[in-house]
Amino acid sequence: MAFKGIIEVDTQRCKGCSVCVANCPTGSIRLSSKVNGKGYNYAEMVGDGCIGCSNCAIVCPDSVITVYRAKVQ
Amino acid sequence: MNIEDIKKPENIVYRKPALLTDNIMHYCPGCSHGTVHKLIAEVIDEMGIQDKTIGISPVGCSVFAYNYIDIDWQEAAHGRAPALATATKRLCPDKYVFTYQGDGDLASIGTAEIIHACSRGENIVVIFINNGIYGMTGGQMAPTTLLGMKTSTTPYGRDAKLNGFPIKITEMLAELDGTAYITRQSVHTAPAARKAKNAIRKAFEYSSKGIGLSFVEIVATCNSGWKLSPVEANRWMEEHMFEKYPPGDIKDILK
Repeated sequence: MAFKGIIEVDTQRCKGCSVCVANCPTGSIRLSSKVNGKGYNYAEMVGDGCIGCSNCAIVCPDSVITVYRAKVQ
Repeated sequence: MNIEDIKKPENIVYRKPALLTDNIMHYCPGCSHGTVHKLIAEVIDEMGIQDKTIGISPVGCSVFAYNYIDIDWQEAAHGRAPALATATKRLCPDKYVFTYQGDGDLASIGTAEIIHACSRGENIVVIFINNGIYGMTGGQMAPTTLLGMKTSTTPYGRDAKLNGFPIKITEMLAELDGTAYITRQSVHTAPAARKAKNAIRKAFEYSSKGIGLSFVEIVATCNSGWKLSPVEANRWMEEHMFEKYPPGDIKDILK
């Protein structure tokens, strides 16, 4: 059974520490080249490899990541 | 399957716990405090004890913990959180009482308080964040600073002859008869954070059994104090801190 996931980042609260990037098993997160209101390069999803494992969200110190996960038919 | 099909409320598998307030944390980017706050909020939420939990916040970076988790809090004088927790638990024995302390608070100025709270076997939970440095005041040497580790007061590295040896306070407390559950965890990776959450939950459950004090040490990072990026600090912690402070359960009297 394959899963497909999506992460939603609260970009204004993200501090761009990139701990989520280091913990993503599929390399689906990177820091954006854009900055938020505080000047941090926030995290964003890249590509369609996300499997919704929630690793990024559980290690996020600022709890800015919401994870969606659905079965692929 | 496109993004709109997945992005539905019923497909949410992880989100910010309801007990965390909307205040933006004042911690530096990548600080372990935020992750530990989240794990505590999740445990309290899952156990359904929001209205029965009282936290004691320390002096140090986490002094403002009361701004971030939506439960009742008290603020203790530096190092005195276990004394305040003792009073709180004895006056309200049906509440869950926990302290949240850093290594400058617990292992230095508060050593007497934690040792005697442990030896009295108070039925409280102690969350101990050990990052081997005084983060809030500018990265000075703490009792838990590793030998050779550079801080603002040991610029050439901690020297045993001049500064003494680091204290393994968690192992010391395990020797005391009043403690029920002693463990050391970390939150730098997702599996480690999940294990730490289970340990925190176990500690809260033990505290309601009346069998003694539960103590959870979290080996943490202070990337600003260590002068490293958050990811490099996590790696440095794995390579150096774990040698002196290995993760794992140290004592569990119900096993």
